[in-house]
Amino acid sequence: METVALARWQFAITTIYHWFFVPLTLGLSLLIAILETRYVRSGDERFKRLVRFLGPILMINFAMGVVTGIVQEFHFGLNWSEYSRFMGDIFGAPLAIEALLAFYLESTFLGVWFFGWDKLSQKAHLVTAWLFALGSNISAYWILTANSFMQHPQGFQREGGRALMADFFALITNPNVFYQFTHVLTAGIALAGFVVLAFSAWRLLRGQEADLFRVAFRWAAVYALIGSLLVGVIGHFQGQFLMKAQPLKMAAAEALWETGQPASFPVIAFPNQQTRSNGLEIRIPALVSFLAYNDFTARVEGINDLEKQAIAHYGPGDYIPPVALNFWSFRLMFGAGLLMVLLAILAVASRQPERRPGLLKVLLWVPILPYLSSTAGWIMAETGRWPWIVFGLLKIEDAISPNVPASSIAFSLAILTVLYLVLAIIALKLALRQGTRSSAAEPAAEAY
Amino acid sequence: MNTLWFILVTILFIGFFTLEGFDYGVGILLPFLGKKDAERRIIINTIGPFWDSNQVWMITAGGAIFASFPQVYATLFSGAYLALILMLVGLILRGVSFEFRSKSDSPRWRNTWDWLLFLGSLIPAVLWGAVVGNLMRGLAIDDKMTYWGGLLPLLNPFALLASITFVALFAMYGANLLILRTTGQVEKRAKALAPRLWLVATLLTVILVIWTFLATDILTKPGINGLIPAILAALSLLLVGLFQRQGRYGWALVCSALTFVLATVMVFAGLYPRILISTLNPDYSLTIYNAASSPYTLRVMTIVAVVFVPIVLAYLVWTYKTFSKRIGEKDLGY
Repeated sequence: METVALARWQFAITTIYHWFFVPLTLGLSLLIAILETRYVRSGDERFKRLVRFLGPILMINFAMGVVTGIVQEFHFGLNWSEYSRFMGDIFGAPLAIEALLAFYLESTFLGVWFFGWDKLSQKAHLVTAWLFALGSNISAYWILTANSFMQHPQGFQREGGRALMADFFALITNPNVFYQFTHVLTAGIALAGFVVLAFSAWRLLRGQEADLFRVAFRWAAVYALIGSLLVGVIGHFQGQFLMKAQPLKMAAAEALWETGQPASFPVIAFPNQQTRSNGLEIRIPALVSFLAYNDFTARVEGINDLEKQAIAHYGPGDYIPPVALNFWSFRLMFGAGLLMVLLAILAVASRQPERRPGLLKVLLWVPILPYLSSTAGWIMAETGRWPWIVFGLLKIEDAISPNVPASSIAFSLAILTVLYLVLAIIALKLALRQGTRSSAAEPAAEAY
Repeated sequence: MNTLWFILVTILFIGFFTLEGFDYGVGILLPFLGKKDAERRIIINTIGPFWDSNQVWMITAGGAIFASFPQVYATLFSGAYLALILMLVGLILRGVSFEFRSKSDSPRWRNTWDWLLFLGSLIPAVLWGAVVGNLMRGLAIDDKMTYWGGLLPLLNPFALLASITFVALFAMYGANLLILRTTGQVEKRAKALAPRLWLVATLLTVILVIWTFLATDILTKPGINGLIPAILAALSLLLVGLFQRQGRYGWALVCSALTFVLATVMVFAGLYPRILISTLNPDYSLTIYNAASSPYTLRVMTIVAVVFVPIVLAYLVWTYKTFSKRIGEKDLGY
């Protein structure tokens, strides 16, 4: 059991760390491609300066994403060999396709893009920007296809203790991946918008290159607003889908112990897994029923009833996810999301942002919100699947490598955690230095 | 179909060793051939636009093994746990060094990252040598396809020799590349060092091949084995030395690359149809049959590969063409 706990911690830490870098690459690569398109179309040099200003930030971020991504790929074999044996037939395919379709594309064209300003024609250079953006977002699609099978398996058959792929088309058109991919993509857009807003705010507060960063501010504000709105809307439909696909996850996220008709919405609650009840609650009547089924009188099943169904279906066992963790992750995710929408509206509405130093000062810190929000979303997505590593098919405890002792995992966990902490601090410092250098438009080191 | 995927995995490893091979070599040589900061930047810039996509060969090989031979992936990764964690640490340091070093002008900062880049290239080179050595020698895999031995049995003399040989070969390869892609002091030093590296690499390779002949069945097993590619690889390696003497460095580089291609073919041909050899019982070995994915998955993956591999190769070739000029101090930008 100790081994399982350590391996789970390791996976959580390395995944969340990887996730620090991924969404910014997704959103920023698209934003850069859009800005460069604007430059090529209009010939307005400001957009080129902006793109070159953002380039090094993208490079640092992408490099961190790549190196932490390799850890992710190795992980399934390192700590979860039984998972790999059980799932390899299904899970390996999207990973390999991701490498073939996306990794070559993004790593090749990011290099060409960054080093190719003087070697390529304007149009060819623009194409490389789009190919990079395309590559990174295709990559997200395939890895989420793999994750979606774990959330909502379909297109498979069981044979001799393994799950085998039976229908590739069903695998890649999993409804779960549709919600998850668009949710992740728009989360990346929102994040990139707020990051660029923060850098712009920093410049505008100091009056540095105001002509450039006023433009950056406007584009980033619109971008952040589109992302924040869409991520919320898609998240809502994703929640409705999960109500059917993984009702226990959603019941845990709403701390809904008893079935309710209608079910009320707890704004705040302090779930207690032992007593199966919530301390101190503030509730809005019937709202969960409406959010889940668009109907204020709908019946929503609670944890206790769902647990009985799970035991009847899968046999005895512990089927209740960590309720408090899911509840608060969910609250953090959409709470931060609502704030993001509000702030993005304020940013879009301010025609002359230099005259709003208060708003600018707030915006310096806002990138924390999308980071928190999306990380909380993943914590809910992954821990809410308890006790399953593959929903309904394989339990976490049966997925672990039998031949890796707890001491090895503890050792590697310690090394990776320390290394990650040090690198995170350095990467953040470098990105901030790049964002706040005195001559922003001057391209940073082109060569290494 | 299983054989096809075995060949495809072999091709991915050929791509990886042939391309990332000079990356590792250049990384290992960095602190020795580059004395001034500008020289080190020249050296790093020879691989700057490529190292990341070269590394993708390894990631794709990993993904392809996961997809086509998941049992191999599970056995190898859980079995060689600590070695792979160390490799990850090396790869992380290497990847960030490229990005971080130029972000500050402080000599101490740059020097630190240069040495980390060196370490980050040396560690994977050493470990790949050990991995290949142990693949040829076999592992104590039980009837449940699981290796329980931990780290120590992997550090046997045979594998250690393979490690040192790999490092020497990578360094030789890197030196050959630097001769072609740089000018000035760096080119001079690389020209002086390359023949010596060649001598060391060749001696080590000869010993390793003889030992492989005696201690494993890679070169001797009936049917397909690695003997012919091994002979060709040796010839190719000899040609590297010859061309270096004649100053025909372009051909020396080509033959270095060819050596890696043929050596990879040797290993995989010698393994076929096994992938992971069990030293406990030949029946416990993981083969392209008992370790493979279902025919359906292999079929799907084949279609994907047939469509996309040519596209990928096409744009990789284009990239190399775009960035194939020599790099001197004048090309470093400001």
